Amino acid sequence: MTLKFGIQNNYKPLPFGEIREGLMKTELESVVIKFAGDSGDGMQLAGSLFTETTANIGNQIATFPDFPSEIRAPQGTVAGVSGYQIHFGKSGVHSPGDAPDVLIAMNPAALQANLHNLKPASTIIIDSDTFKKKDFEKAGFDGNPLEDNTFSDYKVIEAPITSLTKTNITDLGLDNKSMVRCKNMFALGMVYWLFNEPLEKTINFFDNKFKKLPAVCEANKRTLQSGHNYAETIEALTSSFTVLPAKKQPGTYRNITGNQAAAWGFLAAAEKAKKDLFLGTYPITPATDILHELTKHKWAGVKIVQAEDEIAGICSAIGASFAGDVAITTTSGPGMALKTEAIGLAVMTELPLVIVNVQRGGPSTGLPTKTEQSDLQQALYGRNGESPLVVLSASTPADCFDWAFEATRIALEHMTPVILLTESYIGNGAEPWKIKLTEELPDIHPRTLDSYDENWKPYDRDTEKLARQWVVPGTKGMEHRIGGLEKDECTGCVSHNPQNHAIMVATRQNKIDKIADFIPLQKYKGKDATKLLVVGWGGQFGILFGAVNDLQKEGKNIAFTHFNYINPLPKNTAEIFAKFDRILVCELNNGQFADYLRAQFPQFTYEQFNKVEGLPFKIKDLKNKFNEMLEAGNA
Amino acid sequence: MEEATLECPLKPKDFASDQEVKWCPGCGDYAVLNAVKRALAELNIKKEDATFVSGIGCSSRFPYYVDTYGFHTIHGRAAAIATGVKVANPNLSVWVASGDGDSLAIGGNHFIHAIRRNINMNLILFNNEIYGLTKGQYSPTSERGKVTKSSPHGTVEDPFNPAELALGAQGSFYARVPDTDVKLMTSVMVEAEKHQGLSLVEVLQNCVIFNDKVHAAITGKETKLDNQLILEHGQPMLFGAEKNKGLRLNGLDLEVVTIGENNITEADILIHDETLVNPTLHFMLSRMQLPEFPIAMGVIRNVNKNVYDQALHQQRADEKTNSKFASLNDLFLSGNTFKVV
Repeated sequence: MTLKFGIQNNYKPLPFGEIREGLMKTELESVVIKFAGDSGDGMQLAGSLFTETTANIGNQIATFPDFPSEIRAPQGTVAGVSGYQIHFGKSGVHSPGDAPDVLIAMNPAALQANLHNLKPASTIIIDSDTFKKKDFEKAGFDGNPLEDNTFSDYKVIEAPITSLTKTNITDLGLDNKSMVRCKNMFALGMVYWLFNEPLEKTINFFDNKFKKLPAVCEANKRTLQSGHNYAETIEALTSSFTVLPAKKQPGTYRNITGNQAAAWGFLAAAEKAKKDLFLGTYPITPATDILHELTKHKWAGVKIVQAEDEIAGICSAIGASFAGDVAITTTSGPGMALKTEAIGLAVMTELPLVIVNVQRGGPSTGLPTKTEQSDLQQALYGRNGESPLVVLSASTPADCFDWAFEATRIALEHMTPVILLTESYIGNGAEPWKIKLTEELPDIHPRTLDSYDENWKPYDRDTEKLARQWVVPGTKGMEHRIGGLEKDECTGCVSHNPQNHAIMVATRQNKIDKIADFIPLQKYKGKDATKLLVVGWGGQFGILFGAVNDLQKEGKNIAFTHFNYINPLPKNTAEIFAKFDRILVCELNNGQFADYLRAQFPQFTYEQFNKVEGLPFKIKDLKNKFNEMLEAGNA
Repeated sequence: MEEATLECPLKPKDFASDQEVKWCPGCGDYAVLNAVKRALAELNIKKEDATFVSGIGCSSRFPYYVDTYGFHTIHGRAAAIATGVKVANPNLSVWVASGDGDSLAIGGNHFIHAIRRNINMNLILFNNEIYGLTKGQYSPTSERGKVTKSSPHGTVEDPFNPAELALGAQGSFYARVPDTDVKLMTSVMVEAEKHQGLSLVEVLQNCVIFNDKVHAAITGKETKLDNQLILEHGQPMLFGAEKNKGLRLNGLDLEVVTIGENNITEADILIHDETLVNPTLHFMLSRMQLPEFPIAMGVIRNVNKNVYDQALHQQRADEKTNSKFASLNDLFLSGNTFKVV
């Protein structure tokens, strides 16, 4: 999409949504903007405030915070650039977008970091106060990029943001550092004007946040307004855009990140199971926000142990599960590696447990703040012995709520550990969530037995699910012992009997396989297509959907199916695969899901589209690949 | 598991499970099992309210032999798993059975943090200074130079003193008992259960197969009276066959003195106070080594301190009272929401 600027005449503020006379007014389906600056510049705050405002006026949104793993890398360097990308609009917002239409670069390093990813003719707002010789040299430019032809194809708006910020608030008695810190609000004010969005939401935010610091509150509010005024005043910034409000299902919405949604999903699941929620965990990027969120909600009964290490995180959860709580543990790749032995214990003792892995780039410490899907095979196979369990994945920030709920349901109703894979991209990303009230959610029925039964044995199972019953300490007359040693299938006592071991191994596998009877069938989009089936899983849903959707609108012979149930797979998976000439599995790893499908359904040929750069797919790259395959089929 | 027996006061034998005990004949673990069963009966704990959690090792088979709830887990992690059990249900009487390898090597981290947090549970440390289940390798409590299957030329490392670790981790309860004194062990187990917070009971336990008589100098019939100081709260620190030897402070050190020699009277002997908040004297007592000193036995430290699980549940209760939310729906609908019609 190309943005056009015209000449502004006689600007007068208008209510939101009305078209300004004398402006080249562009109505847009959707726009991608990105705030980028030093990690201390407040880009995440500017981005999230913009998100709140734009979500509140009814836009579809998807966001992608992209920040360095260093807390404060040296100022002005590319390593220290923190970004927040927002895609919003009335339709077609399935992902945070490939590249920004508007980039706000608070310094040369922010410009450098995003240079490779700019659309032709896009708008760049820069803080000209930061474009001194030492600044652009530090950012790796040979000379001042504003003075050569580097940006001749872009609409560059040079604004002395830092100095104007300070000028407007000198009377408030703040020190220089505190004044400079407000400059993100100047930039935000400019962006609000550009997109015709109201300031009220952000002003309210500061009124609440800085109740006790009136000078800081005033400085931020005034700077926001100054940025807004500046944008409307300068000749260079001569247009504004109205992004038409989205058409969405009626209901009440709120903006939510994936980690917050997961936390709330677990709260809801515990309530629907009529049990207390227990979180045993250890801080790790990018999963820690689930802990941060849940720890606010002790009022709801959640019990939290921030343990001494990853192992104690899961072990305390296993202990809590044994004692009757809805137990979860949250982590990322390296933490999963440490929890491995304990997951095996949960498999062996057949206790309900949810393990959340918010995936990041690996191996080892890898890329802590970047996104990847490379822990899939670790989840499926990464334990000693024959150790099957359930693996689920979430698709979008908001549906982390549903998958946290579903993971808990399966754990409790089938007496098994469940690994829920999300990823940094959706864990930190945000989108509007159509609020689900608890009465809209189904009840969860844990396999609890809480009264005396003289015939009961620990590994008695029902025939439908092969799940054992959950008898917790405190239940009179039902005292029993479980543990990591193999148990006799009948008595529940320790057994080294060879036949018994074979039976127990098979039973544990069958129990997981049978869960396929209790999950929905796999769906796919593109009923008339026959040529190319795009297969995805996990948090790349929005981007894959967007890319396929675009080609379907062009009438291409392409379909899309996206997996959330990884183990077991939905029962009709092979039926869907059989309908297509070619199957392309797209994932952010070197082909882990494709390999898994090859093992499950060797009758099909799987082609792969992979990316391991710590970044999400781009719609453009996907469409190129799909078109290439579709055209090859025509030749 | 008989319903009817649950209504009568339980006897120690009622806590025996139906499983055959498979420790080696003569193993010190039998004595611990007996003492624990006696303590459970004496404390009048209901079978369904007790949970035994263990790691890996000979002693970690313990839960299979007690007819309560039990969880035989993975190597080193019993304290972490027991933490979850206790936090989930603070009404349970939670016991951890763990060896010196389990708690001080692979599980060292969980051991010190469980003590630091002061979780209200009992941790029985079976210290036989050897790895028994893997058939005879040195452990973190084996003495320097110890010759074992994995140290044929003698170890080149110094051992932990479990008491020093526990007190260093700000432990609120530490007791030491020999496996040869079931009566003392039973009374210590009772005190451990009564204590609010983490109670560490170190049992000097004999491994008849791989480290036989490791504690013999302390526990032997001929030497035990001279080599053990059995501490009693409020009583003078006296020991010896004649009960005429005792401890007193000499400057910043303890010294052994004999009543009747050098004008020493019973009034010169230190009185044991297990409730001293300052742990210095408890450190000194627990560090005493043969041959200069006797080995201190009984409850060495027993002080009141904030209890983790109690504080955690108090916070939950306070938050419930003070929260602006009465339901999850209140939470979901709070803050910035918007309607689409």
